[in-house]
Amino acid sequence: MTTKLFGEPVRRREDARLITGRGRYLDDIGAGALAAAFVRSPHAHARITDIDVEAALDVEGLVAIYTYEDLTGPMAEPLPVLIPHPQLHAPRTGYPLADGVVHHVGEPVVMVVATDRYVAEDAAERIVVGYEELPVVVGIDTARAAEHAVHPDVPDNVAARHHQETGDVEPALAASPHTLTFTQTIERSACTPLEGKGVHARWDPDDGSLRVYSSTQASTSVRAAIAAKLELSLDRVEVIAPDVGGGFGVKIVHPWPEELLVPMAAMRLGREVKWAEDRREHFVSSAHERGQRQEVTVGFDDDGRLTALDVHVWHDNGAYTPYGIIVPIITATQLVGPYVVPVYRVVVESLYTNTVIVTPYRGAGRPQACFAMERTMDRIADALGLDRAEVRRRNLITPDQFPYDHHLTFQDGRPVVYDSGDYPGLLEKLTALVGWESVEERRAEAAGRGKLLGAGMALYVEGTGPGPYEGGHVQVLGSGKVLVSTGLTSQGQGHETVFAQIVASELGVPMEDVEVHTGDTRRFGYAVGTFASRAAVMSGNAVALAARGVREKALRIAADVLEADPSDLEIDEGLVQVRGTPGASIPLRTVAVLSNPLRYAFDEAAKQATQFATHDDTKPPVAPGDAPGLEHRDYYSPLRSTFASGAHAAVVEIDPQTWEIDVVQYAVVHDCGNVVNPMIVEGQVHGGVAQGVGGALYERMAYDADGQLQNASFMDFLVPYASEVPDVVIDHQQTPSPLNPLGIKGAGEAGVIPGSAALASAIEDAVGRRVAAMPISPSELYDLVRDDTAERTAASTRRTGATA
Amino acid sequence: MKPPPFRYADPGSVDEALDVLAAEGDGAKVLAGGQSLLPLLAMRLAAPATLVDVNRVPGLDRVEASAGGVRVGALVRHAGLLRDTAAAEVQPLLARATADVAHPAIRNRGTTVGSIAHADPSGELTAVLALTGGSVTVARPSGRAEVGWRDLFVGPLETSLSGPAVVVDAFFPALAERSGTAFAEIARRKGDYAVCGAAVVVTLDEDRRVAAVRAAYLSVGPVPEVHDLTEAVAGKPVDSADWAAAGALARTLVDPDTDLHATADYRRLLVGVLTERTLAEAAAEAAGRTAA
Repeated sequence: MTTKLFGEPVRRREDARLITGRGRYLDDIGAGALAAAFVRSPHAHARITDIDVEAALDVEGLVAIYTYEDLTGPMAEPLPVLIPHPQLHAPRTGYPLADGVVHHVGEPVVMVVATDRYVAEDAAERIVVGYEELPVVVGIDTARAAEHAVHPDVPDNVAARHHQETGDVEPALAASPHTLTFTQTIERSACTPLEGKGVHARWDPDDGSLRVYSSTQASTSVRAAIAAKLELSLDRVEVIAPDVGGGFGVKIVHPWPEELLVPMAAMRLGREVKWAEDRREHFVSSAHERGQRQEVTVGFDDDGRLTALDVHVWHDNGAYTPYGIIVPIITATQLVGPYVVPVYRVVVESLYTNTVIVTPYRGAGRPQACFAMERTMDRIADALGLDRAEVRRRNLITPDQFPYDHHLTFQDGRPVVYDSGDYPGLLEKLTALVGWESVEERRAEAAGRGKLLGAGMALYVEGTGPGPYEGGHVQVLGSGKVLVSTGLTSQGQGHETVFAQIVASELGVPMEDVEVHTGDTRRFGYAVGTFASRAAVMSGNAVALAARGVREKALRIAADVLEADPSDLEIDEGLVQVRGTPGASIPLRTVAVLSNPLRYAFDEAAKQATQFATHDDTKPPVAPGDAPGLEHRDYYSPLRSTFASGAHAAVVEIDPQTWEIDVVQYAVVHDCGNVVNPMIVEGQVHGGVAQGVGGALYERMAYDADGQLQNASFMDFLVPYASEVPDVVIDHQQTPSPLNPLGIKGAGEAGVIPGSAALASAIEDAVGRRVAAMPISPSELYDLVRDDTAERTAASTRRTGATA
Repeated sequence: MKPPPFRYADPGSVDEALDVLAAEGDGAKVLAGGQSLLPLLAMRLAAPATLVDVNRVPGLDRVEASAGGVRVGALVRHAGLLRDTAAAEVQPLLARATADVAHPAIRNRGTTVGSIAHADPSGELTAVLALTGGSVTVARPSGRAEVGWRDLFVGPLETSLSGPAVVVDAFFPALAERSGTAFAEIARRKGDYAVCGAAVVVTLDEDRRVAAVRAAYLSVGPVPEVHDLTEAVAGKPVDSADWAAAGALARTLVDPDTDLHATADYRRLLVGVLTERTLAEAAAEAAGRTAA
């Protein structure tokens, strides 16, 4: 019997290629291509008065300069609002090149094409753009005050007011034995993939076709956008995502101006054109996320059980809203987490500011949601003098309550109905894993070493694998090679490995025979994209269904040859055999040959399928309803999202002299249903935790009041190094999803979600001061602890009282 | 992030380098390890007309340790100095401070003298040069001259050197007898520029009483600064000196700035803490080097 590869920690087959320099990233393509560079706005808000290109014209190697004036047809119109929503009442998007007004530093104004990037930058530097500066709106307070508007026709700076409620919250709060009201803030951060964005385009004038490579998370939709904007028939456009050095959300946004302008230039010039984003461009002209202020009012009873929750969030969406209000919706709907919330009301006001756009970054509104809910749990525990784990336990949805309907509408327009889970199980495993019961002993031991020790925890539920669909195609070649294709893209997650595991397991072939392709519209034209922890759920199930279709056809053909019933056949190690009858078998590759009736024999194997080698003349060579070839295409489209869950705990030690924060323990319990490859899931958790620690302790986008990003480099925007990421211990729990054939849930974003909540809780526990703003640096912690007006936790007062 | 056009010179000697520098005027810049200069070029924050690459000039890659001190050639990489045990014996601060310079990849290319010539007040070795009362040898068309650290550092990323000049080595005087040193810094991430750092030297008298205490700090002012903290602990037996008092004194002597990563107050706090911690460590070393 074939070893089932599903569920095994198979080593990532893409790693040898990627880590020995044999990957093919965007900038590895088109060595002789012309290079594009951009003149970008140095002002956060300004009217363009003049563009003088004169001085650039004598730069040797200059090929072309484009401004808004050069854009025609749909290219001269605003970029699309990708995800419209009725509550996004004032959507605004930019233009591929600014049309008269710029709304944030970094917005593209002029595109320069030259023989190489050095020359393109030399020419760009000589172009003089005249600006008349306009008032700048930076930060949530300024946006709310609305003394100035980012867009003159949106005077209150409010792009959207997203509102959901599950009952009448005000009477429920009024009737609650206890209420608490508090405000929290969370800073901006960003995906910062190691590879920035990039586009390469080649126009074939004879064929009238365009091939575009883009470092994207959504090649099929980029293709559709290019076809629409450049007025090409869809069949004349191919878009391929090559190896992509990380995405984390920023590359799901599309079409980026450059994704349209580079192909446009390639068509106009009849030359290959390439643009590879540099790091500074990425900071000021891609996307950020996270920035929110939250006002929370919670009602609860004497036991700490929630009675009502009322949350008002102000969300900084930057200058434009191309990705709609996905992040606000996710914050609003994922905030309730694993808890029973009897009455819930949430309003998210999405505000324009003169800053880089805000679109999903791994977690996509969930880290903020988790921060709101989990810190609420901590405050309830503090107010009542209860253990923080116990308060959570009392509020958890129990396993017998599934499917659990929160009566909210999720980001896919479908109800927030949790499909399965065991949240008390998570909490129990977590407290055991981190040693929650021994925290007080450890606090005392650390105090003996002159350190302040604190522990914190945070739980989350993550809606993963939203639709509408993904597809898979599986084809067995006469060589025995199994080709697997799906349209969604890969950015290093290990799709080549897990999709091969799934197909090898479903089909009964060795994994080495399976070759996986993703994100190439030449191979698969229908797809949505890689985001929202959906690849394994969506494409994993689609390729499984496609493999099952291939298997069924293979058994049917083999049954004919072996004169057996298909139900008596099995496929093992690429051999179709009659179960229990050794020797009665046929290789799958031969079945593939026979599946395609031939007139011409091009090799030895093909002879078996030619017309004088086959003898059944009672039916046509290809039966009605059948098709030549051993292949199958199938789609998976879910009723609604699956809901993964997890629990993190962090233990920190703080030096009370320098206020340095050392994360000495980080524990994760993770439940993403059935696990295809535990090693890859753990890798995803590790990466997520690293970004969670980054968001909690290091990363912020430091805009000044003029809208200038002060730390637009990896020198000053601090992503944690390996030296800053704690060791992570992981325990798994598996509650399969009843919604899809494989029983799986997404795992991509989970690790990042509870980072700020768990670390804020741990730091607060260590220093006894309320931590209501994240991230927090040692310098800020020093300010907090010596601020006499800073709120002390009741727990710290009780501890002091106990030892006094 | 591509440099603007520049000419490139590859001189085979210091004299040749000086000839190019003299011919090119202010538009020429010396390239050694390139760990600061190349990013500045890529971000177009610097646009020298000519880069004078001294990497193939013979004789500049030596560390010479003698009783009087350590002379570090202009092409000695941080990693080379870090491994040099003879240098560490003469002046232990060299290895101690170099260990905190950035990351291995940067230490493999970046040069000690280059970072001094770059005059970054966050530089570890600029602080060590200052604390030890060191100097650099500057080659000019007119000949070579020693320039003391106080005359060298003028402001952040600014030295007193002008006209055609190549810093060919830096000299760090030896640790005096009955003395000990220590170095510590606090950075946001391992290998980052320090939020604050301290290099200290404690000297005892023959009775193991504190005779002199000096400290130099990183990232607290526009140029490296050395402060004499002796008065806080002068004459105290080494085992009972109040290093916290020296830390408290140090806090009153510095005037740091606020930036993205730390407030001035936080830096002042760290000056006190790092002073106290490093002095205790340096004093222990000094005691070990002083006969009881």
